[in-house]
Amino acid sequence: MLLLAALPAAAQATITRGPRTADGKPNLNGIWQVLTEANWDLQGHAAAAGPMIPLGAIGAMPPGQGVVEGEEIPYKPEALATKKANFANRLKLDPEVKCYLPGVPRATYMPFPFQIVQTPQFILISYEYANAARTIYMQDPGPAPVDSWMGQSVGHWEGDTLVVDVTGFNDQSWFDRAGDYHTDALHVVERYTLHGADSLMYEATIEDKNVFTRPWKISMPIYRRQEKNVQLMEFKCVEFVEELMYGQYRKKPAN
Amino acid sequence: MGGYLEKRFCIAMLIGAAGLAVTGWAAPPPKPANYTPPRTADGQPDIQGVWNNATLTPLERPAAMASKAFLTPAEAAAYEKQALEQNNRDRRGTDATSDLAGAYNQAWFDRGSKVVPSLRTSLIIDPADGRIPYSEEGQKRMAAAAEYARAHPTDGPEDLALADRCILWATAGPPMLPGPYNSNYQIFQAPGYVAIAIEMIHEVRIIPLDRRPHLPGSVRQWLGDSRGHWEGNTLVVETSNFTDKSHFRGATANMRLTERFTRTDANTLTYEFTVEDPATFAKPWTASIPMAKSAGPIYEYACHEGNYAVPGILGGARKQEAAAK
Repeated sequence: MLLLAALPAAAQATITRGPRTADGKPNLNGIWQVLTEANWDLQGHAAAAGPMIPLGAIGAMPPGQGVVEGEEIPYKPEALATKKANFANRLKLDPEVKCYLPGVPRATYMPFPFQIVQTPQFILISYEYANAARTIYMQDPGPAPVDSWMGQSVGHWEGDTLVVDVTGFNDQSWFDRAGDYHTDALHVVERYTLHGADSLMYEATIEDKNVFTRPWKISMPIYRRQEKNVQLMEFKCVEFVEELMYGQYRKKPAN
Repeated sequence: MGGYLEKRFCIAMLIGAAGLAVTGWAAPPPKPANYTPPRTADGQPDIQGVWNNATLTPLERPAAMASKAFLTPAEAAAYEKQALEQNNRDRRGTDATSDLAGAYNQAWFDRGSKVVPSLRTSLIIDPADGRIPYSEEGQKRMAAAAEYARAHPTDGPEDLALADRCILWATAGPPMLPGPYNSNYQIFQAPGYVAIAIEMIHEVRIIPLDRRPHLPGSVRQWLGDSRGHWEGNTLVVETSNFTDKSHFRGATANMRLTERFTRTDANTLTYEFTVEDPATFAKPWTASIPMAKSAGPIYEYACHEGNYAVPGILGGARKQEAAAK
């Protein structure tokens, strides 16, 4: 209290915005999850039937108000055609169907929790979905040596916001089940800001000159999972897609 | 801490007693003086960093060294030279089939170039013969599994190795063993947690340190369910809740694993693990593996996303069957 009293009002307002680590940074450690339908479609959408008739209501798409700033994703005309074709063929093409790594930012708003393990030099984010993981380097190691699904993440603090610059992506991941996609020119800048002790505000600015006419932004809150003894569990989905991907090569077909 | 040191002392005594009975064994080098690791901000012994556990020392003592617990320095040098030559995948095959089977050249591999500094002939330190102490029941079950595998090598994906299926790398653990390449691990510590990012195949183990109970016994996971605590400067991690499909070295889902991580000098993380599974092993067994500090970084090993092995192996088998008809 004495310390707070000695600080100017603006600094006090910052300090009361949630827990801190030993080195004075906002403490992002914890298990987090979104409460949004962004993984079905980043843009606002009404509920709709799913692509698999036997799944009935289980497979239907829940409605969502959208997370894209300004609502529109600024596709180039030919890229918009690709997105539409992606959606039409989503059972074959969506990397999530095959349990592939989700990429960034999709990993954030998959309907699974993720855990942040924060240290001064590195911030590990471990995602329950497909045991995806990424390490945010707080010291820039230079350009990404190879392209990858989750990209190379380099972070720094802007005041109380963790800003993560993500490059070095391959062209394989999607942004959602609606066919929104990118190429290997993707560049994502994420912003994580604690909002009280148990929520984060998340923003991601998405840039890909091959697909979009300008950078665009999504934003959503992320909530702390607060169940007693909550932990990430395994969602190693490779096993669940073997019949889909390799069933045709069985000696005796499963059905 | 005291109990841990006592136990280690007992193990060392047992091995010493066994070693005296054979000729030509060399004494292990003395343990390094007590090293005090730095502390994290929340007071944990700091074991963070990228670590590599590649070594030429095998898990089990080779039959040819049955009575030899330790190599002499000269024997170790000869062994290393021979192993490096034998492992060299730039030696091409003598016929088309063996040449193709060696399609990965040496650049892919990193099996290390040294045996463990103790010069022990196996990573297993207990029992004293350096071998996994299978029980009769365990041997029978493994023989039956091997017989089934011989009769059904490629019926479907379930018949292939977990690593070929990109479900679980055989050395990723737990317990973590040296593999033929990418034996890299990055450890992170935050208040209440130790996290281990395993390069193969992008596994992450997040180990809570708050003595919470394990998951219910009905919940089984490929990597089990780990709980950790500190005993002095040693991180002790206990893992249960394995699946009946992970079968580490033939173990059942009831395997219990205890791992001990101790930073024994600035550049060495000494990793010991003890495996217990009465249905498979006649007694618990323990291995010790030094992990060396590495500059890193670790990379994304997206195994499943590039898996041509499963369709290749199964598809090839179907083609062969069709051709034989």
